[in-house]
Amino acid sequence: MGKPKLGVFKFASCDGCQLSLLDAEDQLLSVAGAVDIVHFPEASSRMKSGSYDIALIEGSITTPHDAERIQQIRRDSKFLMTIGACATAGGIQALRNGADTDEFMRAVYATPEYIQVLDDSTPIAEHVKVDFELRGCPINQYQLIEVIQSLLAGRNPRTPRHSVCLDCKRRGTVCVTVAQGTACLGPVTQSGCNAICPAYNRGCYGCYGPAAQPNLVSLSTHTLKAGASSAEVSHSLQNFNVYAPAFRNESQRLTNQAKEQN
Amino acid sequence: MGNRTIKVETLTRVEGEGGLYIRLNGKAVDEVRLEIYEPPRLFEALLRGRPLEDAPDITARICGICPVAYQMSSVHALEAALEVTVSPEIRRLRRLLYCGEWIESHGLHLYLLHAPDFLGFDSGLEMAKQFPDEVNRGLRLKKHGNQLVDMLGGRAIHPINVCVGGFYRLPKRKEFQNMISDFEWGLNAAVETTRWVAGFEFPDFESTDCEYISLTHPDEYPMNAGVMKTSGGDSIEVCDYEQEFEERQVLHSTALHAIRKSTGRPYLLGPLARVNLNREKLSPTARKLADEVGLEPLCRNPHKAIIARGLEIVHAYEEALMILRDDQLTGKPRESYEYKTGTGMSATEAPRGTLFHRYEIDEAGKILEACIIPPTSQNQAQIEADLKEWISHVISDDEQETARKCENLVRAYDPCISCSTHFLKVNIERT
Repeated sequence: MGKPKLGVFKFASCDGCQLSLLDAEDQLLSVAGAVDIVHFPEASSRMKSGSYDIALIEGSITTPHDAERIQQIRRDSKFLMTIGACATAGGIQALRNGADTDEFMRAVYATPEYIQVLDDSTPIAEHVKVDFELRGCPINQYQLIEVIQSLLAGRNPRTPRHSVCLDCKRRGTVCVTVAQGTACLGPVTQSGCNAICPAYNRGCYGCYGPAAQPNLVSLSTHTLKAGASSAEVSHSLQNFNVYAPAFRNESQRLTNQAKEQN
Repeated sequence: MGNRTIKVETLTRVEGEGGLYIRLNGKAVDEVRLEIYEPPRLFEALLRGRPLEDAPDITARICGICPVAYQMSSVHALEAALEVTVSPEIRRLRRLLYCGEWIESHGLHLYLLHAPDFLGFDSGLEMAKQFPDEVNRGLRLKKHGNQLVDMLGGRAIHPINVCVGGFYRLPKRKEFQNMISDFEWGLNAAVETTRWVAGFEFPDFESTDCEYISLTHPDEYPMNAGVMKTSGGDSIEVCDYEQEFEERQVLHSTALHAIRKSTGRPYLLGPLARVNLNREKLSPTARKLADEVGLEPLCRNPHKAIIARGLEIVHAYEEALMILRDDQLTGKPRESYEYKTGTGMSATEAPRGTLFHRYEIDEAGKILEACIIPPTSQNQAQIEADLKEWISHVISDDEQETARKCENLVRAYDPCISCSTHFLKVNIERT
């Protein structure tokens, strides 16, 4: 049996998550040696069409053409995995969902009619079956390597779903909310970044999306009591995972609340 | 030979997704298009209404390869609007962060994306089988760049420590000291890298009337401050950016081309432009090395941009070492500010060239309007102009080979298509 065939595909994104693979400098050559890279245009000019044992998908679906392209990739792939917040939750570009996309286009382009875009930026899982989702904006390169190595070893990949809060405790970081009153999404955000923001003296801003069973209402209530406005708390959830259901629902609830207050 | 077209459906070893379309009439080139089909992400629109503090975190997401550049241009522009001046310590730390990004981005391009073209490989990974020492050296350099951004920025991709006014926290002395021995090794390795690439065989090709533009600064190699200078001898203040440069539609193509209004011609930003215009400001080792490897005083061969990248890696290591060795880490992490209505502009030197940002903000600290002009969208017209010339040098009946050589030239500019896309140029056939 030959080596497993790996394909890396890009949709609407910044390139940062596939770059994480090239940034895994210490493991790059050994991982590259264990697979047959058949489609990774950012890294290699050698491209073969056909089937993929592992497909890594970066980016969200934002154009009619991409909505078709992902269907073909799914048909060609045995194990399809999304990498990063764009592919998993629609990304920062999902801020246009629910807004007037035509108006957004006019704000950026002189001749928007030349460009075909969908009204919404949507995650890959809204279009095809996804076998595994790796979260993060950007993803954690160690998690990526771990998942690839799991697949090569025939194990089911797993990534922890606990919140950033737990990682702060492990790192020994003093809680920025308790000690300084800084607003922080750590209690509701999934682990994966190694809780860097509180260690750098700022609140978590939710790059890894909702943790398992996040209690968003409780956190919002706390942040509101500390003096933030509903609009501010709502805005804090409108980032790279704005379209992840838990963040989306809570931010919508707070936006409605802010409207009622006005 | 009648009409024929050559297409490269997917440009490889570039950041982002684009293609190349060339239409020939006999041996004459009718049309060359660098086609960018990355979907737009509409950053300028979605920044409106956001708190200004969000700008460095959100604009970083335009590009995973040069997020620091977006963070630098955004904070400098917003500080200009707020009339905040940062301390010399903050300024130095920002340069240090930029050094990390230049090492990481240039290291990636030089070793994994561009060098394979000179040595006849499809990828850096393939090249590693025959050139393991060189590729491992490249990976180690790239890793240093990432480690520096990681230390100062919190992580290598989309750093979290940059804010309007400075940083959320200052690095610790120990964190600086831990990096010094690696960076001493790296400086030598960067010199070896530059000697290695300068020994490649370069096609005899010149971009004869290209105008090179970069920031320049009286005391330093340009990164996050200065005045724009051109190889034609002009000087342009950053606040005149949008008056000086414009995007125009050209006949028979809907590709918008960035040109200088005053000359009506395209221009080139990036490492070759920076070295051409600021050679005497390179660090001592890099300056000496530029002479040693015989780089022309005004180098017009785009393929030699790989040497300029090598020299900038050397410069970045030497400047980073100077800052790391100096343990003066005093002062506050950031300047405070009060919201006020205003407009601010800034241009900084991203790895691929000058990156311009402009923001208009209101009295509550909200962004009213944002304008971002990344280097690749500005370079696109010059790349197409050079391709037109280049094709006459490389054309043959072997279309695959011709296409491959065209792709080689495009790669020499290190285009970042992800960056340029929110500012997309779309090609539409018109009859």
